[in-house]
Amino acid sequence: MTGVVANSPLYVRRRWRNAVTMGLAFAATIFGLSWLVLILVELLWEGFSGLSLAVFTEMTPPPGSTGGLLNPIVGSLVMTAIAVAIGTPLGILAGTYMAEYGRYAKLTTVVRFINDILLSAPSIVVGLFIYEIMVAQMGHFSGWAGAVALAVIVVPVVVRTTEDMLTLVPDTLREAAASIGLPRSLMITRVAYRAARAGMITGVLLAVARISGETAPLLFTALNNQFWSLNLNAPVSSLPVVIFQFALSPYKDWQKLAWTGALIITLAVLALSIIARILAAQRRSS
Amino acid sequence: MSAVSVAIPTVTQAPVSSEDLLEKVAIRNLDFFYGNNRALKDINVSLYHAKVTAFIGPSGCGKSTLLRILNRMYDLYPNQRATGHVTLDNEDILSASLDINLLRAKVGMVFQKPTPFPMTIYENVAFGIRLYERLPKSELDDRVQHALQRAALWEEVKDKLGASGLSLSGGQQQRLCIARTVSVRPEVILFDEPCSALDPISTAKIEELIDELKDDYTIAIVTHNMQQAARVSDFTAFMYLGELVEFGETTKIFTSPNDPRTQDYITGRFG
Repeated sequence: MTGVVANSPLYVRRRWRNAVTMGLAFAATIFGLSWLVLILVELLWEGFSGLSLAVFTEMTPPPGSTGGLLNPIVGSLVMTAIAVAIGTPLGILAGTYMAEYGRYAKLTTVVRFINDILLSAPSIVVGLFIYEIMVAQMGHFSGWAGAVALAVIVVPVVVRTTEDMLTLVPDTLREAAASIGLPRSLMITRVAYRAARAGMITGVLLAVARISGETAPLLFTALNNQFWSLNLNAPVSSLPVVIFQFALSPYKDWQKLAWTGALIITLAVLALSIIARILAAQRRSS
Repeated sequence: MSAVSVAIPTVTQAPVSSEDLLEKVAIRNLDFFYGNNRALKDINVSLYHAKVTAFIGPSGCGKSTLLRILNRMYDLYPNQRATGHVTLDNEDILSASLDINLLRAKVGMVFQKPTPFPMTIYENVAFGIRLYERLPKSELDDRVQHALQRAALWEEVKDKLGASGLSLSGGQQQRLCIARTVSVRPEVILFDEPCSALDPISTAKIEELIDELKDDYTIAIVTHNMQQAARVSDFTAFMYLGELVEFGETTKIFTSPNDPRTQDYITGRFG
């Protein structure tokens, strides 16, 4: 009987090649991760020392005096909330059309292609687009324009995840729903959505994570506001833009606040990602 | 394949006297197309009330396709069409003007893989009932219990009606699906290989159940298992390459079939 010979040249060479490939893959992983770790350590180091109650209760200060980030935090929250409120229903409806009603339609292929382009479009283009159609028309920067610009970024993310998650719902479940006489609309809302719920919520959370760090679209739309303002018809402050402005300034205390703001965004996105992961795990286990 | 060891399956259903046959579903000159591919060729067969009709035949012979015409399941997909005449109580079910959802309420279906909805056991059954009737809670509870009892599942789940339908075993899930189907009060129930994903014990339970259900319904079952066809059915249709080769009483098909192809198939010489 001729079995595998452990020290045949062919086998020795294969084992050696395997070891080298594995080593290279490992090194590449470490190389990539180390930058991420460096960034996070630096962020924690610089940002953590600036964290205090004042950050969450006081307005952005003029250079040289103390203050906090209350107005950009609230501005970011409000604009993000509006963007999600606009973008999520649109995205879910479009994704539902693509996965359910128009699964075999040519239109779906076209929409999916365009959506993928939109998904990876530079966000500054979105900012300029909204500048043209809203800011230029209204004659001034505004929180509404900022929220709409963010919504434009939310839509393709939600469309994509909604379609993907609904496509993962097995056809047998749809047939089962149809077999007891469920009309298509109920089959989608009561059965397919329920089966895909965790994945769809994950998509919305990922979209929130995506827009919470966007700076470019806000620079052209909401601009910035160093005072407390909830008037969405006027410029509204936001964390990314404040970070951008403060980090580039020559003032030490502004730079410090920029670090703290960056830390807050990062922690918020981290929290969202963890929630999304927990939900995704629940989807797998059910 | 050698046929030496293959016994002809034993038929357990009593022979049918032709007087008490009530034709529920009539299929006449039925053709079915997947795009340009003609999957069913000139099918003529009837389903009788309170009888079980088994469809047997090798994979790809069109038996599932035939079943999925009876509740217009193929309507969910593009490029599939049926021509000919299929009637349920003398009403044309291939008609374009037919309300498909009402048809499906009358013609229930149980699938190969158990397909409980992602909700609680109770909701899985109550869901179908609520589609057609608005009942007070106590009456709904009774109906859910009744459906689960009909599906021989009540004793196993009565203490955990709030648990997810997906937490049940495969055989229990399949019986939950039967309960869901029964809850809508259909007249015809289609079983599409209902046991092929189940172990022998669960299979025996489902077969028993089919036997109990048949007094009140018209039942059609597609199966790969000839013993199963012999055990549960009153009539058997043998299909091959999209044609209905032979249809008749199960006793007749399994003991003295007219067509040599039927003979070869039931003795395991091909398929």
